[in-house]
Amino acid sequence: MNRRDYLIRKLLLSLVTVLIVVGINFLLFRVLPGDPVRAVIGRNVRISFETQAALRAQFGLDKPVFPDQFLDTLGQWGRGNLGVSWSQRRPVSEILLSKLGNTIVLIGLGQILSIVFGVILGLLAGWKRKTVIDIGALTFSLIAWAIPTFWLGIILLAAGSTWLGLPTGGIVSPDNAGKPLYEVLPDVAHHLILPTLTLTILYLGEYMLIMRSSILEVLSEDYILTAKAKGLSYWQVLWRHALKNAMLPIVTLIALNLGFTVSGAIYVETVFSYDGLGKLFQTALIKQDYPLLQGAFLLLAVSVIIANMLADILYTYLDPRVKTI
Amino acid sequence: MSERWFLFKRNLLNFWKTFRRNRMGLLGAFLVVTALFLAIFAPIFTPYQPTDTIRDENGRGLTFAPPSIHGPLGTDDAGHDVWTQLIYGARISLTVGFMAGFIAMFVGSLLGILAGYFGGWIENLLMRTTDVLLVIPDLPLMLILVATLRQLNLHVSPIFILIMVIGLLYWTSTARLVRSQVLTIKERQFVARARAIGAGHIHIIRRHVIPQIMPLIVANSVLILSTAILIESGLAFLGLGDPTQPSWGTMLNFAFDRNAITNGAWWFYLPPGLAIVWVSLGCVLLGNVLEEMLNPRLTAHHLEGEQKIHPLQTPLNLPKPEKP
Repeated sequence: MNRRDYLIRKLLLSLVTVLIVVGINFLLFRVLPGDPVRAVIGRNVRISFETQAALRAQFGLDKPVFPDQFLDTLGQWGRGNLGVSWSQRRPVSEILLSKLGNTIVLIGLGQILSIVFGVILGLLAGWKRKTVIDIGALTFSLIAWAIPTFWLGIILLAAGSTWLGLPTGGIVSPDNAGKPLYEVLPDVAHHLILPTLTLTILYLGEYMLIMRSSILEVLSEDYILTAKAKGLSYWQVLWRHALKNAMLPIVTLIALNLGFTVSGAIYVETVFSYDGLGKLFQTALIKQDYPLLQGAFLLLAVSVIIANMLADILYTYLDPRVKTI
Repeated sequence: MSERWFLFKRNLLNFWKTFRRNRMGLLGAFLVVTALFLAIFAPIFTPYQPTDTIRDENGRGLTFAPPSIHGPLGTDDAGHDVWTQLIYGARISLTVGFMAGFIAMFVGSLLGILAGYFGGWIENLLMRTTDVLLVIPDLPLMLILVATLRQLNLHVSPIFILIMVIGLLYWTSTARLVRSQVLTIKERQFVARARAIGAGHIHIIRRHVIPQIMPLIVANSVLILSTAILIESGLAFLGLGDPTQPSWGTMLNFAFDRNAITNGAWWFYLPPGLAIVWVSLGCVLLGNVLEEMLNPRLTAHHLEGEQKIHPLQTPLNLPKPEKP
């Protein structure tokens, strides 16, 4: 299979996955008990049957569920119209967009830090195999795996706020709310420390493990032997020959981990009352705000699917072996 | 019958001989067995019921009492004994873990065997389904599934919904693993011979395929168990547990919502988390050791020449499904 066919296949698979997500979203919304019209206007508002019927027609609820309502909904979602939140009475897409930036900052910081430290520590562990560094790294990743994210967050929250005086949650201190960003930047950074630390510890273990086994595999390759035989120093071998090749699995892992990253954000934002998509998702869940829940799910799922596809495409350029699969 | 029993006993004994020399495996087994023991015999280890309110001499409820004042682990915001909550909560957490793990293992093994053995459209369907499930973020999917199912008046307990949703979403890794093993077993000579003397598909699957992959399934299901327990704790923490039957995750949800952290009630929020780590760590250690001992891929066969995968290259085979 050449690269073009491979890319087309990936594209088709992503498209099918998006359709499945949309289908699940639509279906779950339909099977919910209760009347959507009632849900929008509120339970205790009195309206005549005629108005109800008019609203029904306006929402397209008088048409058959499939295909009319489905295609209609699909069109609405495609145009970015995700309905109105029941609890906030604002368009869902507007709410989602207002939280997106905060989450991207948090996830991005956590990912970057864990990749940097994970790669360095994994490299050391693999290079110094069976030493204290290696065993320590393995033990760390094992324990990091077994700890629930939210509990790690709770512990760091309790420890950080009691002993280090770090803020317990939110994005800025209440006094600084509403001020322009550049003025409160130090305060924002202060609030980011604990959530970022939680996410970093959470992701670090896995990157470290993958890097370790990847470097072990690369070090047993013939070209490493050749490089050593040429008389290159340890660091030259490691830097020029081993690291580049060993980094490849990390790229795949970043993509595969995106779903995992999203769940990390939901837990960490909940624990630290961080005003992002994850916290929004949890609040919508508790308030049973279905349009908001659906919109958030759609946004999260579609972005993960697209990011996965992009990573697959990127991978074909990074690893020349993928050209002909 | 007696001969098979004898063989089984001998295999078990051999297994134990190797196993008991493995310290990691023993530690894992210890962690899991103690948790199971406490959960099963919970009433023996505590004089209270989880719903009992602990009172002081004046008859007032003891809320947020530290361990120095009451019991081994103090009381929570409602005056319930935390130790009692913990060991009764173990019942819920472990039940969900075991049942969901069992469903995932059963569905995964069944689909894996069918796909690996028969190939064709079943295999295609399985592989595409796992491709799709792999890229949909699990937690949001589970959250909206559980939230919707709870809204429908199904007259089932929230615990049952959790079991079904976790079990029916986490079979993919088992299915892929089993499929790849069945693919190699299918090509072995003894299967070809059995087929040559006229054995049917069902006979081959029952007598040749299943016994070969069973050890692998057992090892894998221990790993799935830890994932299921972690996921349950996460969903319960986000408020999807059953408040009338609190699991460890529900306890943490209560502790967080009712300001145990700002009250400094560490005895309320530390033990449930430690219990989760205790069990999931135990399962991962046990599962890894079992897999190392039982996985045919990792042990060299004397006829297969040089071994390709060095066991130290994959010392920690952590289950891939996302963790909470």
